[in-house]
Formats: sequence, structure tokens, C-alpha cells
Amino acid sequence: MPKRLSAVDIDRCVGCQSCMFACMRRSGEGGLAGACIGVHSAGGISRGFVVIVCRACADPPCARVCPTDALTPREGGGVHLKAELCIGCGNCRTACPFGAVFWEPQQNKPQICVYCGYCARYCPYDVLAHEEIVR
Amino acid sequence: MLPDDPLRRVLYIDLGKRKFWVEERPDLFERWLGGVGVAMHLLTEHCPAGADPLGPENPIIMAVGPLVGLYPMASKTIATFKSPHTGNLGESHAGGRSAVALRMAGYGALVIQGVSKTPIYLAIDGDQVHFRDASALWGLRSSYTVGDVLRNREPGAGERTIMRIGRAGEKQISYACVITETYRHFGRLGLGAVWGSKQLKALAISGRRALSVADRKAYRTTYDEVFKAATESDLMKKYHDLGTAMNVLPLNAIGALPTRNVQSGRFEQAETISGEHLAEQYLGRRLACAHCPVACIHLAALRVQHPKEPFFYKTVMLGYDHEPIYALGSMLGIGNPAGMLQLLDEVEIQGLDAMSTGVVLAWATEALEKGFISTVETDGVLLTWGNWSNYILAVRKIVAQPNDFYRALGRGVEHAASIYGGIEFALAFGGNEMPGYHTGPAGHLGYLTGARHSHLDSAGYSLDQKILAQGGELTPQSVARALLQEERWRQVLASLSVCFFARGVYTPEIVRKTLQTAGFDLSIESLNRLGSEILALKHTFKAREGFDIAQVRIPQRILETESPLGQIDETFMRQTLAEWTQLTAL
Repeated sequence: MPKRLSAVDIDRCVGCQSCMFACMRRSGEGGLAGACIGVHSAGGISRGFVVIVCRACADPPCARVCPTDALTPREGGGVHLKAELCIGCGNCRTACPFGAVFWEPQQNKPQICVYCGYCARYCPYDVLAHEEIVR
Repeated sequence: MLPDDPLRRVLYIDLGKRKFWVEERPDLFERWLGGVGVAMHLLTEHCPAGADPLGPENPIIMAVGPLVGLYPMASKTIATFKSPHTGNLGESHAGGRSAVALRMAGYGALVIQGVSKTPIYLAIDGDQVHFRDASALWGLRSSYTVGDVLRNREPGAGERTIMRIGRAGEKQISYACVITETYRHFGRLGLGAVWGSKQLKALAISGRRALSVADRKAYRTTYDEVFKAATESDLMKKYHDLGTAMNVLPLNAIGALPTRNVQSGRFEQAETISGEHLAEQYLGRRLACAHCPVACIHLAALRVQHPKEPFFYKTVMLGYDHEPIYALGSMLGIGNPAGMLQLLDEVEIQGLDAMSTGVVLAWATEALEKGFISTVETDGVLLTWGNWSNYILAVRKIVAQPNDFYRALGRGVEHAASIYGGIEFALAFGGNEMPGYHTGPAGHLGYLTGARHSHLDSAGYSLDQKILAQGGELTPQSVARALLQEERWRQVLASLSVCFFARGVYTPEIVRKTLQTAGFDLSIESLNRLGSEILALKHTFKAREGFDIAQVRIPQRILETESPLGQIDETFMRQTLAEWTQLTAL
């Protein structure tokens, strides 16, 4: 079965951004520009955090609105990005209700999670898990 | 430095002319790394000798180091300025998201100059700088509200920093702080007052970028080494588990917990304000600075009842640490944790430095007790040990400044005691109020000699405790040497802007390796040399502004109240200072 990332217990998140930096480091870079996972406060950090990550939808709306088939559904859930087909229209970003389609402004292209689970390995408080998709 | 590293970019902002520009300064970062090295150099460049700390000529410098955005726990922003509190070197470090945000916005340093004619806040988003009107924010009762407002008006949720001052900063109380991300502070030496003098209410910074490394594979391997040491070894355990509040009980047990203005080193109610008790009864959430897996920020969830309604509560989340617990707890004889937390809440609302506030109030309490002042001076507030609700009233008055006495309190304990008497129990070192350790001579010598008169300069308190635990003897030579060695190495860490709590992880060898992947090839010897050079920059600045270690006052009280290492001997203190002077002159 294909895997995806899930936020197991969001109330345990401390906002350390280890997952975001891990996502960048996977491709050998520092910083945050291309991270496909985002953490922000739930209205001030005293109220805790929200983790934004692609949940690998069974029928992904981002793929449905892609005019060039750059985004296609992945078997079992989620999407696959063929960057060379992307025209940077941004429909996918609008379509995702979670805001999990991140954007790379220099390339003007979406950043799509590849469900590798690298970020989850660096979550110190077991907020994130890399698990098989069960429908 | 790597050719595309944006660290080299220094953002200049002139508040008077409402102009900004960027200067590329690779020379500066190659030479001084970043963080405190660069911030000290920029301060020397831009702060004229004898500058009025609250005048337009005093610059606000903020800098970060090369490891920020690349490695965990490189999470501090170093601010330098001329301190309105001591009239000398101002240096303050804060975490939160400040460092990563500044680096991700594409800068290594920020220089804010001039004075705005009207209240203003700055919003920096990558290459854009917006000068936004803050006249509606000026005078807001609570510093928390400033954060709430900017959160809804500025971009970059999750990655931005929102720094702000409270009313204390607006009123230029000399120990007003700058608050960042609600729970972290540029606490000491009055950066908040400098902001207030420039009518700068807040500063939001956001941005998002990638950073290159010299060697991708080595980067990942070295990262894992640092990350593992931070999360799997015992090196960060103390900060991770109970947080810095875990110091309260051990310090009390050895008689080093400053109590009731250091009339004692033991507080009979230490248990109820201890890290253990707070964790058990109040700990509601843990938070981390950006890019730090340790999450040492401990928030107490304090349930406060409505003053009239019977079944009506609010829950306040308050960050606690050892220093505020000491300053607003044991130092004031407050053993009621809920009372202590409510006092801390007021200090946060006003935007004061918790440590200086506690020490100032402790002096005022003793001065009232001993008849140096009366309730005429305190404007009717009866300050007595443990009476936290009256201390809340006094905190409000320090900021509201209803009379000469509170105006004096608003300039620190040294100043207040110079007017009203009681200098022998005014606990300031080099003009800065005492930290929460009465461990022995080395601790106090650290406060006296440290460039910013902070316990974090050279950690003398840790030297005292080592001697207490392992035996041995302190000599003026050994103490002076150890303090200097520690302070020099900490200049390196602060130039990388690595959190000092991670000093056990960032050994010289790890520093060398991490820097190498960031494109800085430096030997351990050259790092050590750099540490000495940065400290020398600070000493030069301090001397230029009139600081003389031979003239420094040793508060009588610390010589009277026994420390864990026995009675502290003034001759020993003076001998160590003389030794230290000789070593720094070399």
C-alpha cells in the first residue's frame, strides 16, 4: 500500500520546524523555500499549532483542476507532479482546502509532497507519522 | 562564505527619513562570522562615542550567524545598542522565530537608525520594507494585543517574527524589554526603551528562501550528528524536561537561591515555585524556538477567577523560567505560584525586564521596611514580602510614573538607591540588576566582569557549583582565567547565534564541522582567536563609554549573606578583578 504523512496528535506540536527543515535537507539544501510541510500557530502560539501537509486524498481536487495534467492522481491516494508540464497557473493551490500545495515563487511552480516520510523521522514529539493509507 | 549566501546583506533602515537600503558586506561576515561579532562591529561603526542612548544617534543592530537556517539550535538574534540602563554596552539575545525569520528574509544583519516623528511599526517581507503607522497601537494597555494585531495584518504565518514593545518601552523605562513571539525577550539592558525613543512599536519580519551548503552529503551527516546529540543524549535533558526552572530546588538546597533581596540564600517556600511543582500543577504546553527540537519554553496554564462572577474563569498561558521565578518569586518572598504568575503576567503586559523589575521591587521593599522611604514615596502601596497583589500595583506605577520615586525606580536599582539610600542592599552589578544565583564569588565576579553584566556572559555560577560538588579551591588567578576563557568561547557561539543552552552540543569540533558545511573553513585555533577579538571589541567599546572595572561597585549585601562557598571575601573579589584586568590587557 502507498504511504502518506499524517499528523497523529497535533496538540503535541511545539512548533520547532524540524519537519520543515528536514523537507529541504532531503534535497540537500537549508532554509525553508521549498518545504512541502508547514507549521503555523493556531492564532498565537499559546493556542498551539496547525500542521499543513498533503493528506493524499483519494480523489485529489488539485489534480482535477490542473489544466495540463502536470498533477495526476497517484495510485492509492495523493498526486504526482510532472514539473515540466506545469504552467504555474496556481489552480491547484486554490483548490486545496488545507493549503497543502506550497509554492516556489522563483520557479513559479507548486511544491508537492512526495510522501517520502523524511520529515517524520525528525519530529521529536511523534506528531507526524509516515503510514500506509487505509481507506 | 558561499558566494550566494544572503548572510552578507545588511539591511539599513532610517526611521527619520523613512528610507531603507541594503549593503553587501561579505568582508564583515568573513571576518566576524555573524551574530555578536558582526553586531559588535556594526555598533562600533554606527554608534558615536558618548551617544545619548535615547537619542537618534543610537543605532539598533540585530544580527544572526551562518548556522541559522541550516542547523538546529542556531536560533538566536543578537541585538547591540547603547544601553539606556547602564549608559554603556547594550547587548541582548532572543530566540523565538526572530533569527530564522531574519535569515529567511535574506539578511545577516539589520541596522535601524534615526527617530520616527510619529509612532511606527516596520514590516519586512523579504526585499520589501513597509513603514506602517502605529499611532493607533501606541499606548495600548497590553503588549499581547500588539502581537494579536500584527498577526492579522502581516504575512508569513508560521515563519515570521513579531517583535514589539509594551508601554514600558514607550515610556522609556530603562529596563523595558522587546518581546518576540509572546514568550521570548530581548530582556536585559533596555532595548525596549531604545525602541520607545525611536517611536518604534513593533517589527515584523518574514521571508522564505533556500540556503546552499558547501557539501550536501556532509551537511546531512553533520546535521544528524547535531540533531541526535540534541534529542537523544542527556546534553539538553535539563532544558527539555523541566526547563530552566529545574534550577530552583538545587540552588535552594545549597543556599544559593537569592531570597528577599538576598537576605538569605534559602527560601522556605521554594518547593511551591519550583520547576517540579509548576510542571505538575500548571504546565499546559511546551513550545520551541524556530528550528530547535528541544522545546525548552514551558507555559503555565493559569486559571484566574473573575473578580465578581462565581463560575467564570479565564486561562492565561505564561512562559516561566528560572530567572523570572527567582526575580518575581523568591527575591520578593512570593511562594504562592498563582500569585507569582499573575505578577509575571503584569510584567509581560507592561513589557518590562522581569529580572530587573524583581530586583528593583526587592530593594524598594527593604528600603520601606528599613525606613529609607515611606508609603508617601510608594504612592500608598505597602510593599511587603510575599504580597504579590501589591507588587502588581507597584509594577503598574513603575510604568505609569506617578511621582519622583517611581521615576527613579524606572531607571533601575542603582539609580534609585543613589537618591533614596540603601545602596548597600541595591543588587546591581555594573548597573545591571542581579541574576538568580548567589552561588559564591565566581558567580558575582562573572556579573561584574561580563561585558553585559549577565550570568550568561561567563557562567561563574557554574564554576562555584563545580567547586562545591567536586572540591578544590578558587584562587583569583583560576577564577579570572576561567571566566575569561568561558566568555571568549561564548563569543564564538553567539557569533554563530547558537543558543547557549546548546553549548554542550556545539563543541569546538562540531562548530568547526558545521561551519565547514556552511562554507566557512576555520580551525579551532582561529575560532578561539576570534572569540578573544570579539570580546576585546566589547572591552574597547565599554572603555570608550567610560566603564572602568576598578571603579565597579560590589554590593555590600553579597558579602554579608553567606553563600554555599561561605562568606564572600571582598579582598578576594578585588584581587580577582585586578587579575582579570591584567589578563584582558594582554
